[in-house]
Amino acid sequence: MSDVMTEAAGGLMLSIEDMHVYYGNIAAVKGLSLTVNHGEIVTLIGSNGAGKSTTLRTISGLLKPKKGSITFLGRPINGVAGHEIVGRGICQSPEGRRIFPRMTVEENLDLGAFLRKDKDGIASDKERVLTLFPRLQERIAQKAGTMSGGEQQMLAVGRALIGRPKLLLLDEPSMGLAPVLVDLIFDTIATIREQGTTILLVEQNALAALRIADRAYVLESGSLKLSGKASDLAKDPEVVNAYLGG
Amino acid sequence: MAGTLVARARVTRRRKMSPSAFLQKYLGYLMLALVAYWMLTKFIKSPSQFFSAALDGLENGTLYALIALGYTLVYGIIELINFAHGDLFMLGTMMSALVLSKLGVDHSSLTGWLGLVFTLVVVMAACATLNVIIEFLAYRRLRRAPKLAPLITAVGVSFILQNIALHFHGSTPKQHPSALPAASFNIGSVQINQAFLVVIAVTAPLLLLMTFIVQRTRQGKAMRATAQDQDAARLMGVNVNRTISFTFALGGALAGAAGLMYEQTVGTTSYNLGQQLGLIAFTAAVLGGIGNLVGAVLGGLLIGLIQGLNDGLPLLGQLWSQSVVFTVLILLMVFKPEGILGKPTTEKV
Repeated sequence: MSDVMTEAAGGLMLSIEDMHVYYGNIAAVKGLSLTVNHGEIVTLIGSNGAGKSTTLRTISGLLKPKKGSITFLGRPINGVAGHEIVGRGICQSPEGRRIFPRMTVEENLDLGAFLRKDKDGIASDKERVLTLFPRLQERIAQKAGTMSGGEQQMLAVGRALIGRPKLLLLDEPSMGLAPVLVDLIFDTIATIREQGTTILLVEQNALAALRIADRAYVLESGSLKLSGKASDLAKDPEVVNAYLGG
Repeated sequence: MAGTLVARARVTRRRKMSPSAFLQKYLGYLMLALVAYWMLTKFIKSPSQFFSAALDGLENGTLYALIALGYTLVYGIIELINFAHGDLFMLGTMMSALVLSKLGVDHSSLTGWLGLVFTLVVVMAACATLNVIIEFLAYRRLRRAPKLAPLITAVGVSFILQNIALHFHGSTPKQHPSALPAASFNIGSVQINQAFLVVIAVTAPLLLLMTFIVQRTRQGKAMRATAQDQDAARLMGVNVNRTISFTFALGGALAGAAGLMYEQTVGTTSYNLGQQLGLIAFTAAVLGGIGNLVGAVLGGLLIGLIQGLNDGLPLLGQLWSQSVVFTVLILLMVFKPEGILGKPTTEKV
């Protein structure tokens, strides 16, 4: 199934080769290579400190890799400033949501479209986000910091979507959410892909992530441990034992 | 009344009771009421004296507000208390004097007015540029350093600016000719200087423009986003470095405008002017709730008003002017540490 999708959508979108990222002298990612193809959901799983968020932050240009290359749509993006990477078509819903707490839901969404100039397009994408997350519509004029964790998470995803990314990076979208909301978020992620957005998903909830993903990479202390089709990894005894509470 | 409350608070401190909380809550209001009462009696006794004192206060207050905005803008966006800001204002007064003397404008002819406008633009642009350069050279590299490092750097920049002024302007205060009209007129028995009207005519639109930029424009949106979360702002495509530069430019331009207005109304400048007025403007920013734009304006006007009334009515007289202002600040900080409009943050993590 995933192979068919990959071929149908055609071709490489993002490729990371031998990437090393450091915080000071401490290596957080050591020689990671991965690819994301058009139309896929690819997930990075692994325990705390495995380097998953660091990888996303580096793709988004918030961190600079010490070594290695990141290529997006055929052009290198390592070392490109964070705000320019958004312009290239990569938006991120970061770990811990990082919504703007003292702004309203609507202002947060408008900031998601900061670089866009097409007013009609923004309006229709806003409409689409509010259809995906009707709760946001109810809270549109509320200060974002006063919402519940689940609502803030919806806002963070919606805010990233409204930039109309080619590649959407989602960092722990299920963190701290009630089980009902976790299901809702993952269903929505699947819907977003069906609507044509490629997704790179970082998750601690490996079970749920593997269920909706096409391919997966398992990270352990900064380097790649396993990779393959999500459906295969979900059955892999090693993965089941280590990450699926098997 | 207040005395017995204090006594009760002392007695009951060990028990986790709330008299001290009660005290905190209402003693502030009590003091406000006393001040209001005092002002009311003065007002009834001599309305005209009250108004002219208040107008003097407001004139200074608008200048404090302009400078306070520079402190609060920068603090709001990178949480740095820019100690060099007062000195930037001081350089603004000197640049104003320099440009006006080169132009050689005199009182209130048409060319005089044009010269004034020209000077305003030049000084605002110069101070904005200087502030951007200061940020670029002195603060940018320290953005991820511990907070004390940029703070000490700001103190250093303050001394550098003072020494530049000392070098070019000398150590003694100098008198400069004013291009503002010296005339005045009366409403009832209250005397109003035309210079006062000019100050208001310059500062009020600037304050409004400022609010408009921050609340309504794209650049303002970027500023607010950067102030709340720099990395998140980057993820929205905001150019954080440029936004911070823009913020310093805005603050600098306002300091330049304040510099010209001060130079024109007071007539003297000195290399250490920035320390005195900068401190008061910083106080205004804290009083209003640092990081809050409306608060900075409110704080500036309030301090101007307190000073004006204290000097003009007089409560304790001009000698005690600073003491009165800082007493008000200390009292407010004790009872409302976040400032008049500052809000204690309640954010989910």
